[in-house]
Amino acid sequence: MRDTLHRFFRAARGAGVRISPAESIDAMRAAAEVGPGDRAILRDVLLLTMAKSGEEKAALAACFDAFFTHPEFEQSPPANDDQQDADDASDDEAGQDHANAAADAASAAGQPAELGALAQMLLAQDRAAITAALSNAANAASLSNIRVFTQRGLFASRVLEQLGIAQLRDDIDALTASNPADAERLAAGLGSLRETVSEMVSQALLLYGREETEALRNEILRSAPMARLEQRQIAQMRLLIRQIARRLRERFSKPRKRQRRGHLDVRRTMRRNAAWGGVPFLTAWKRRDRDKPKIVAICDVSGSVAQVSDFLPLLIHSLHEVVSDVRSFAFSGHLIEVSALLENNKPEEAMKQIMASVGYGSSDYGRSLADFEKDFMRAVTPQTTVIVLGDARSNNLDPRADILRRIGERSKRLVWLNPENRVSWGFGDSEMPRYATFCNVVRQCATAQQLERAVSDIVATYQ
Amino acid sequence: MAESTSSSASIEAVERDLASAGYIASRQIATAVYLADKIEKPILVEGPAGVGKTELAKAIAASRGLEMIRMQCYEGLDEAKALYEWKYAKQLLYTQILKDKLGEVLGDADTLAKALDQLHAFGDVFFSKEFVEPRPLLRALEQPKGCVLLIDEIDKSDAEFESLLLEILSDFQVTIPELGTIAAVVKPTVILTSNGERDLGDALKRRCLHLHIGFPEPKLEERIVETRVPGVSATLRKQLVGFVSQLRTLDLKKLPSVSETIDWAKVLVLLGASDLGHEMVKDTLNVLLKYEGDIEATMPNVSTFVAQSGRQGVFG
Repeated sequence: MRDTLHRFFRAARGAGVRISPAESIDAMRAAAEVGPGDRAILRDVLLLTMAKSGEEKAALAACFDAFFTHPEFEQSPPANDDQQDADDASDDEAGQDHANAAADAASAAGQPAELGALAQMLLAQDRAAITAALSNAANAASLSNIRVFTQRGLFASRVLEQLGIAQLRDDIDALTASNPADAERLAAGLGSLRETVSEMVSQALLLYGREETEALRNEILRSAPMARLEQRQIAQMRLLIRQIARRLRERFSKPRKRQRRGHLDVRRTMRRNAAWGGVPFLTAWKRRDRDKPKIVAICDVSGSVAQVSDFLPLLIHSLHEVVSDVRSFAFSGHLIEVSALLENNKPEEAMKQIMASVGYGSSDYGRSLADFEKDFMRAVTPQTTVIVLGDARSNNLDPRADILRRIGERSKRLVWLNPENRVSWGFGDSEMPRYATFCNVVRQCATAQQLERAVSDIVATYQ
Repeated sequence: MAESTSSSASIEAVERDLASAGYIASRQIATAVYLADKIEKPILVEGPAGVGKTELAKAIAASRGLEMIRMQCYEGLDEAKALYEWKYAKQLLYTQILKDKLGEVLGDADTLAKALDQLHAFGDVFFSKEFVEPRPLLRALEQPKGCVLLIDEIDKSDAEFESLLLEILSDFQVTIPELGTIAAVVKPTVILTSNGERDLGDALKRRCLHLHIGFPEPKLEERIVETRVPGVSATLRKQLVGFVSQLRTLDLKKLPSVSETIDWAKVLVLLGASDLGHEMVKDTLNVLLKYEGDIEATMPNVSTFVAQSGRQGVFG
């Protein structure tokens, strides 16, 4: 059973459940305590010991069901659906016995003795034996090491080799002359065997390879320019942004109080020691609270940068624990506040509504900044970081850089994120150099990776 | 397999024990309790408010005849309130009283060095167990017969307090700098509860069995109501549980949980209801729902829900 559990741990990691060695030891101990007899109890036990949150529980439950599903012997045609490689050890042994018995039975029934074991099983249509042989072959070919989809062919051929496919081919050749009917049956059996193995490998990839495949995909996605994502990638990108947000939260949501050692808080010390006549047995020290970041995000949602603007508010608004106060504004021709929209709706919904009210126009930075100064300047305080996301292409209209200067003076920091390549700043109608003088930081922000760094740096300045 | 039949039998035994203490447990809960006992790990119970997280600890204590020590967590809870504290006043008082004896103790010492030596010999009398005021965590370790330690609403405490718990949770011991390490006499059964107000640290989660108690299945909930409110007739029980489970499909601010169902059943019994009627439901809805907005949102659905739960009563 231990091997089976080890393979299950690997599959569970593939399903995105983080399992430390200590947890796997616990799970082993617990599983040994209840034994493998009752699958429902074993499932509960593994869920209790391995999964540590609601999502992990759901993922692990699905993984458990996929892993421990037994093939249905009764209804399936020979070897067609027997794609499970994951059997309990006890079942493996039972299968082994079965296989031997089948072989005995086959030879007793007068099958030509020189046929290989595999051919005999196929002729006898002994499904249990074939399943057992398949799972043994999968183990021998260490199928659980499969990681990426390109390995499918390699592992399939390894499994078939372990099954003894060469012997089977020889048998078919030999039988074609002597017993064409049997040869035909064997050839058909070989075909379905191949199918079964390829299904088995696909499932193994699903179980064991998911983590790697996802990591690879996320890595590609992280460094892909956000402005040129395909529709299907956008959903994945949202997931990725959520991951980034979780990472930032974990990093920055540490306690926000720092003791100022050496500064005695006289008032609190006196009060605390009042019980014993003011003799200071207990001392109280002054503490300084750190501010949580306050962020004002101003996003250009005109056609050229809309996609990037989609992700910045999403990221900032999922930083609740870390950031105390966020306000978001969107503009192209004019500017509106979108904080409430983003807080109360699903990201897709919110983005749709924002786009409907201000999106896809041609951008007018001057007018939008004027709108901001007129209505929302009070949102900017000396603790606020203002993030402006845009390409600074104002269609040759007045850029009103003076307003940006005033915003910069009022705020703690003014950060400009530009999705365009640095090379093209200042060319054509780009006002970036004029704006850049008033910003504390100007950086390129075209990929998820750059976005993560930018936001992480902003939050870090408050620590 | 003999091993597994014995384990499933003992899980059933746990279920029966809990039932005898008035707690109807699902199989998951019973498995968790059984396992916590076997591999000596704390259980971290998560789930919405009012599904019986705290009640579970009480039931375990009652079924095993052990004392339950409860520690309610809140923001700002620190080791002086959770673990131990020195009895400062007693220390102070004793020094005052013993001041007079000082002459006798140091009487034969003629040099300062000798007097100091003699004082050192007295050592740390003032920092001995006599002067330690045990708080819940230390008390739980000192129980001679073992106990059930309930650390309630751990998510309300600060992150620092979590780290303080780690030593107790993994090794059932605490370290007091002046006294050394104190290990548990009998390892207590530890239950931690959390409402998910903040995410707990991985280090804490790793040391616990993670049990999530959600809203129970209607069948289980009926059994719970049956044990808790014996006066309810079978038809009414079916109807009210059906009604509540339909209520949970709505988008409400605070979904009614088991404790609300029990309260409602009690109210209905007091009002002498034998059947669920629209008027009755509308009048008593404030027992189930705690927000005005929720009640308003539910009102239009009451008639359909009552009708449906009635139908379930006939066919179920």
